[in-house]
Amino acid sequence: MSDGFPRGQTAIVGAATHGIGEAPGFDSIDLAAHASVKALKQAGLTPGDVDALFIGLPQDYLSGLSFSEYLGIQPKITDNNRTGGSAFLTHVFWAATALATGQCNVALIAYGSNQRSASGKLVSSLKLPFFEGLYKPLMPVGAYALATSRHMHQYGTTREQLAAVAVSARQWAQRNPEAFMRDDLSIADVLNARMVADPLGVRDCCLVTDGAAAIVMTRADRAPDHAAKPAYVLGAAAATTHMNISAMADLTVTAAAQSGPRAFAQAGYAPKDIDVVELYDAFTINTLLFLEDLGFCPKGEGGRFVEGGRIAPGGALPVNTNGGGLSCVHPGMYGLFTVVEAVEQLRGTAGDRQVAGAKLALAHGNGGVLSSQVTAILGTRETL
Amino acid sequence: MSDAATAPQTRPEQDYLQHLAQGRFMIQRSRSSGAYVFYPRVAEPRTGATDLEWVPASGEGTVYATTVMRQRAPTPSYNLALIDLAEGPRMMSRVENIAPDAVRIGMKVRARISREGDTPIVVFDPAE
Repeated sequence: MSDGFPRGQTAIVGAATHGIGEAPGFDSIDLAAHASVKALKQAGLTPGDVDALFIGLPQDYLSGLSFSEYLGIQPKITDNNRTGGSAFLTHVFWAATALATGQCNVALIAYGSNQRSASGKLVSSLKLPFFEGLYKPLMPVGAYALATSRHMHQYGTTREQLAAVAVSARQWAQRNPEAFMRDDLSIADVLNARMVADPLGVRDCCLVTDGAAAIVMTRADRAPDHAAKPAYVLGAAAATTHMNISAMADLTVTAAAQSGPRAFAQAGYAPKDIDVVELYDAFTINTLLFLEDLGFCPKGEGGRFVEGGRIAPGGALPVNTNGGGLSCVHPGMYGLFTVVEAVEQLRGTAGDRQVAGAKLALAHGNGGVLSSQVTAILGTRETL
Repeated sequence: MSDAATAPQTRPEQDYLQHLAQGRFMIQRSRSSGAYVFYPRVAEPRTGATDLEWVPASGEGTVYATTVMRQRAPTPSYNLALIDLAEGPRMMSRVENIAPDAVRIGMKVRARISREGDTPIVVFDPAE
């Protein structure tokens, strides 16, 4: 529409996860391969059909080459960009563009990480420059804690409101048999958890798990041959503001305030039209910032917005219906899981956590320390 | 003017740390735009001007954001803060000589050169 994005001309016809939680004995590339063959199989395809590959593996800077070799393919397009956990949503943008212009026919977007089994801690690809590293910031949590301090200062956001994000995510996770953490979690549990970086405690922080995800995209005209209910790509837009948190101009406003409106303009829809929202919740503050920046509530109102179960099961706006990075899965770069869950909801295969009649979904990826923001809007056939 | 004349052998990290080692907290300023630049680099952001010169920072600053890096006892927890310098740029640092969780956004602070191992670093103290 507004900017020439090929609205509705491509679709996701396969979407799968693998090894969520703990998957000992597998390398990251093995997990990505498992998810990929599952997603391709859903679409009646095999790796040999793939002519465009988009991937990011945590410790492999040439993973586009490694994964092509592993699958036994020679893609026309091989993309291995690194905008952090948002990379896979940028892949959706590039795949849609490449498919629509006839540069490829079958695009595979894949990710896998064995960080929990391999190291037991969050594997961060952030290499701090001297002007930050000398102050020994715990990263990435230190950056998000600084942003949280600012949001509290400017808007009166409370730890209880942040805790509501974690509790809502957990309530969704309890409806998802794949989710890693499903035991009961209360506001008090979140507030009393061990502090990591004030005002964030450990339950304000994403999980450390293994896991893989993959999606398959084709042009829309072929999509019905591959999927009963394709998820059409109506919009996808990215924006970047910085790398290091000390270079972020306003810690309460992310580049989602740019990517979101562009994606909505491409799609021809507004926040009020969206049935289900999947946000990259690396920390509880993320959910507030993105709900505000994407236009679901005014700036500064995120804390009040999430109170009273509004984003929990049964609430007015279902957010992070798989349990999110906080309670379902976080292998280091969560972005692609937002897309897989959006597709599950649109094709009506989300089981106990299914949002009835979901037709429009928003998936949003975050990379670095609030640095890269990418928004995708997906819809069923009726939304075209 | 050649680039060499306008930016004689600027080595951003080395020069910054060398100035600190000699007891001077220096930041960069573009001769053409007059704007201050931190962190140190070889060209001014956006304009690309390579006429950056080292000038003394006033050392005056205001806390923009603050957190506490919690450590497991007995390791002491410590402050991490973003400081808006009076000249305009923002830098990461920490505020010392006050409990790490007592640092407040908006607090006026003053720079002091300390050491992290063998490396000189700029930290801040409450100014009031």
